[in-house]
Amino acid sequence: MAEKNSIKSLLVDPLDDNNPITVQVLGICSALAITVQLKPAIVMALSVMVVTGFSNLIVSLMRNLIPNRIRIIVQLVVVAALVILVDQVLKAYAYDVSKELSVFVGLIITNCIVMGRLEAFALANPPGKSFVDGIGNGLGYGLILILVAFFRELLGSGKLLGIEVLGHKGATLADSTGLYAHGYENNGLMLLSPMALIVVGLIIWAQRARNRKLIEN
Amino acid sequence: MKFLRDKIDQIKKPFGKGEKFEKFAPAINALDTFLYVPNHTTHKGAHIRDAVDLKRTMITVILALVPALIFGMYNAGLQHFSQIEGSDMTFMPLFLFGLWKILPMIIVSYGVGLAIEFVFAIYRGHEVNEGYLVTGLLIPMIMPIDLPLWMLALSVVFAVVIGKEAFGGTGMNILNPALVARAFAFFAYPTFMSGDKVWVADATTVDGISGETILGKLAAGKEVGYNTMDMFGGYIPGSVAETSTLWILVGAAILIITGVASWRIIVSGFIGAAIMALGFEAWGANALMSFGLNHLVVGGLAFGVVFMATDPVSGAQTNTGKLIYGFLIGVFGILIRVFNPAYPEGIMLAILLLNVFAPTIDHYVIQSNVNRRKKRANVNQLKTA
Repeated sequence: MAEKNSIKSLLVDPLDDNNPITVQVLGICSALAITVQLKPAIVMALSVMVVTGFSNLIVSLMRNLIPNRIRIIVQLVVVAALVILVDQVLKAYAYDVSKELSVFVGLIITNCIVMGRLEAFALANPPGKSFVDGIGNGLGYGLILILVAFFRELLGSGKLLGIEVLGHKGATLADSTGLYAHGYENNGLMLLSPMALIVVGLIIWAQRARNRKLIEN
Repeated sequence: MKFLRDKIDQIKKPFGKGEKFEKFAPAINALDTFLYVPNHTTHKGAHIRDAVDLKRTMITVILALVPALIFGMYNAGLQHFSQIEGSDMTFMPLFLFGLWKILPMIIVSYGVGLAIEFVFAIYRGHEVNEGYLVTGLLIPMIMPIDLPLWMLALSVVFAVVIGKEAFGGTGMNILNPALVARAFAFFAYPTFMSGDKVWVADATTVDGISGETILGKLAAGKEVGYNTMDMFGGYIPGSVAETSTLWILVGAAILIITGVASWRIIVSGFIGAAIMALGFEAWGANALMSFGLNHLVVGGLAFGVVFMATDPVSGAQTNTGKLIYGFLIGVFGILIRVFNPAYPEGIMLAILLLNVFAPTIDHYVIQSNVNRRKKRANVNQLKTA
């Protein structure tokens, strides 16, 4: 992380070197809860990106006005307002997905990434950079979320975005097509939350094997 | 024998220091030490003047497993052919049928597991450890006989990579790798790991053949249909080699006499299970509860307590700790069986749970010892010194 504050590094660093999930280990809970299927994960990733981006922007604009002792409350108000906005938009334009995500959209408020970036970055940096930082971290979070959801949906239910990519599983072997006709079975463990944690663990393993400077002692 | 030695040295030449294939030395060294006692000596620390090493320990466990495995092969044939009219029921055809079914499982388990071990050994530049020799045999022994081989292979991959190598390899794992493999298969492919079609060979393809485990029957509220001696002898459906308490106890005797496994864990495990089983029999609210001491001879209890719980890596280390650890495995195993019929094999989960708690148990045992000795010491005298 040489050029810490260039616009490009603000956007790219959170994707790999400073990923909010795999390096900062923030926002793990939602990575477990909504990664069973790809579609909700993508919507969730977009929602979080919007919230981190705009909450960073707004808080950064107000950073010289917020009294230090009540800053957390002010930040919470901003984040909560944005989350409600996102929730309403989802309900209006993507009702099915919003029902699927249910409480987890509301729980973006408690996502450590949002507060973490506000505290660590937006309070000390100008609005432009803060906005990019928020979007970058939202992207880094979304990248891992989508990666985990990809493997969980593919191996757990044999689908991607609801499309049966591995063939159709019928009642008997003869009714099945694709891989299922050869005796392939979906992996039920992938649908259970512990597997999300293990997949995140594997991603962390792969990332650090490739990117040695991330290994801490 | 000299011929073999010369041959190995000749093969080993390109793998030596500074030679072409130095990177792959761990692989060839593993083959060498498999056949010959390695030619190194201890440089520092304790010098044990005995040939007992990891390899001899592991071979002893393998020997102890053989009686149960051979019976498991015979039982596989017995369960299959006893449901087909007019079959030859002598020992050899039944045994050969089982051998034909179980040998591929063992080959797949060893092949996949050892391949991963070799890759990690070469990648990390250490010698191949012998730990997998036992794990590789244990895994097929605790699976249903009709489990598709690719599922077995996947379970092995999961157990070795996530259960063992992720923690740092042999000796560093928190959980027993063989049980990790079974837990993986159990949660990933539940339809292949429970029900009445998986425990007897070919039950899915041949009409009229089925067989449920005793615990499965009890949970479903059916008649057991076997007497205690049948269950003790192991003439019942179940995972490949876990049915016969009799031959498992023979294995246990081998392990205890050679000092490889801790008798404390085995004995306290059975005591814990017995106390729990008797307690529930007195309560007697359902069929699983009033099964009483029969719990000790069905399912994976005997196999788990003798071969899984005694794993020196994942189990408790202190003597008192071993007693507590074994006892709790028995207690929790029966508890899970009785209260959660969805998981008929409570022992697997109980051992995995206690694997996680083993270091905690050891910690408190050592701490209480420290405290006891502190009390005994004259604190005032120490202060003046």
